[in-house]
Amino acid sequence: MPRAQRYWLPILTCALACGWLLASAITADAQQQTAPANAALIAKGEYLARAGDCIACHTVREGKLFAGGLPMKTPFGTLYTSNITPDPQNGIGNWTADQFYRLMHDGRFPDGGLVYPAMPFGSYTKVTREDSDAIYAYLRSIPAVQQRNRPHELRFPFDNRSLILGWRTLFFKQGEYKPDPDKSAEWNRGAYLVEGLGHCGMCHTAINALGGSSDSDAFQGGLIPMQYWYAPSLTSNKEAGLGDWGIDEITQYLRTGVADRGAVYGPMAEVVYNSLQYLNDEDIRAMAVYLKTLAEGTPPAAAAAPMATSESSLLVSFGKSIYDRECALCHGANGSGAPPHYPPLAGNQSIQMSSAVNAIRMVLNGGFPPGTAQNSRPFGMPPFAQRLSDDEVAAVVSYIRTAWGNRGDPVSARQANELRSATLN
Amino acid sequence: MSRLNISRVGSGWTIIALVVLHISAAHAQAPSHAPDTIAARVLACASCHGAQGEGTNDVYFPRLAGKPAGYLYNQLIAFRDGRRRYPPMNFLLEFLPDAYLKEIAEYFASLRPPFPQPAVPELSKDVLARGEALVRFGDPQHGVPPCSACHGPNLGGMEPAIPGLLGLRASYISAQLGGWRYGTRTATAPDCMQIVAGSLTEDDVKAVAAWLSSHPAPSDPSFAPHGSLPMPLACGSEPN
Repeated sequence: MPRAQRYWLPILTCALACGWLLASAITADAQQQTAPANAALIAKGEYLARAGDCIACHTVREGKLFAGGLPMKTPFGTLYTSNITPDPQNGIGNWTADQFYRLMHDGRFPDGGLVYPAMPFGSYTKVTREDSDAIYAYLRSIPAVQQRNRPHELRFPFDNRSLILGWRTLFFKQGEYKPDPDKSAEWNRGAYLVEGLGHCGMCHTAINALGGSSDSDAFQGGLIPMQYWYAPSLTSNKEAGLGDWGIDEITQYLRTGVADRGAVYGPMAEVVYNSLQYLNDEDIRAMAVYLKTLAEGTPPAAAAAPMATSESSLLVSFGKSIYDRECALCHGANGSGAPPHYPPLAGNQSIQMSSAVNAIRMVLNGGFPPGTAQNSRPFGMPPFAQRLSDDEVAAVVSYIRTAWGNRGDPVSARQANELRSATLN
Repeated sequence: MSRLNISRVGSGWTIIALVVLHISAAHAQAPSHAPDTIAARVLACASCHGAQGEGTNDVYFPRLAGKPAGYLYNQLIAFRDGRRRYPPMNFLLEFLPDAYLKEIAEYFASLRPPFPQPAVPELSKDVLARGEALVRFGDPQHGVPPCSACHGPNLGGMEPAIPGLLGLRASYISAQLGGWRYGTRTATAPDCMQIVAGSLTEDDVKAVAAWLSSHPAPSDPSFAPHGSLPMPLACGSEPN
C-alpha cells in the first residue's frame, strides 16, 4: 500500500497545483501509520522468538545472530543448525510467510524436503499462524548474514532423510494448539507457550531409542541424550512437578533462575538465560499456572525406606563426614541452605528423584545459576571433581539423598565415575 | 600504589575472616542468608584457584590474584564463549553476563595474597640459563621477543590485559604455551602470543617454564601502567 500511494500521490499533486502540500501531509501521515504497525509486528516476533528460544540453537557463541552453524550432537550423528537470517542464498531471504509457516507447522522446507526433528516442529506445530507470521516478520528484519549452511554429519542409515517419514508417522501430530474451553484463558495461554514455542517437551519428555516421544509420556521426564542431564518429570511431585509450589515461587524460578525451593542449572539454565527471563509477567505467570496443574493431585513421595544394609549406613556416615566438611558451610548442617542463593537440600525434589544424575553432576562440576536481569550476580556452587574421589562423591550424594527425611536411594562410586566423563557443554 | 595494595589486602582478609566467622557459626545451624559479598558469590572459583585466587596445590590451576583485570576479563569471556577450551571452566561460565564477569575479574585483580614459595628447579643450570635468557633477552635470531618486553621487567604484567608470569607452576606455563602453539588457546587478533609461542621449540618452552616457576616473586608485585612498555608486537588483547 505505501508504494502505490507514494507514486500516485505526487502525480495527483502535479495535476492539482494547490494540493501538493496537503497530499504530502497525507503521505507522511500514511507512512507514520504503517511504520509503527510494522515495528509492533517485528517487536512481537522478536518476543515470540525469545519464547521459542530460537537463539540457543541458531546462533553460535561469538557468531552472527541467527546465522546458524551450531553443532548438535545426537545419537544419530551431528546436525548443524541452519542460517535463518534474511540472506537469500543461505537463509530465509526468498521464503514467503506461507513457506515459513509450513516449516514451523509441518516440518517441511519450501521444496517439500523433510526437516530433521531436532528442530522442534513437533512443538512449533501448535503455534498459531498469526504468531508464526510475527516471527517471520522479525527474522526478515534482522541483518542478513552470508554464511553457508554446514552439511549434517549423520551416520548411515540416518543420513537418509526419507527415514524422517517413518519418525513422523510414529511421533508427529500436526495441528495448532486447541484451547481447552473448561480452563481459564490464563491456563490456556500457559499451555500454548509450554507445549508450543517453549518446546519444553523436547527435554522433559523421554526420548526413546527411535528418537521419538509419545503423547502418553508427555512431560514425564527423561535423560537428555548426549548431555547426560536428567530432565525431571513435570507431572510428578516426586520430581520437578510443581503441584506443591506457589505460583509466585514458580514464576520466580522461571524468570530469575533461583527460588526458595531450588535453582536452575545445566540445560535449564540455558533456557532461563536465553528465553524465560525475557518473557513478560503475564506469560510467565500463565506458564506457572499451567505447569502447576500438570502435577496437581499426584501423590508426594512415599515415606523414607529405612537403610537396608550396614554397608549403606557406612556409606552414609562416611558421606556425612564429607558433607559436614565441604557442604555444610553453605547448605547448613541440617540441609536447609539459605535460599534462594544457597539452595536447600532437605526436601529438595531434584535431589531425591529416582535419577541421581543431576545431584552427582552438581557435586562433580558445580555450577552457576544463569545471570539474569533479576539475579545478575548469581552465587556459584564449587566443583568437587578434582577434590573428591568417586567413593567420596558417592558417599556425599548418598548422604544428601537420604538425610533429613529425604527419600532418595544411595548411589554407587561407579555411577559417580561414569559421570566424570560426561559432556560438560 | 603499595599503600593502596596493603589496604586492599587488609580489607580482603577482613572479608575472609568475616566469611569464616559466619561460616563457623553456620556449622551448628544453617546460615540465615548468603553473605552479600563478591567473595561469597565466587566461592565456586576457590576450590581450584584458592579463596584469594592464590592458586592451589594442583599444578594446572593458575594463580589469579593480582593479574590485571583486563586480562582476567578477556579469559573469562574466552572461556564463556568457548574460544579458550577447558570444559570445567566453559561449563561454569556459560550463562554469566559480561558485567558480572568484569566484576569477578576486578575482584581477583584487586587481591594480593602472598606468593607461593618458588619451585625448586628440577632441570639443569644450563636449561635454567636458557630460560632466563629467553625471558630477559628473547631469541632475536628466531624472532622471539623477550617475555619482559611486554610482561614487564619485574614480570608483573601491564595494564590492562597483560598478565604477570610469576607465582605460576611450570606445568601450567608449558600447557598454556603449548595451547597457543597448537591453537587450543587463542586471543583476539592479532594474537601475538600465538606468534611468540609458535616460534619457540619444545625445549624453549620447558626452559622458560622452569625458570619462571622457580623465580622468586618481586617485593612489589604490581603491574606496569598501560602503555608504559613499548611492545615489540601488535596484540589484539592490549590495544595501544
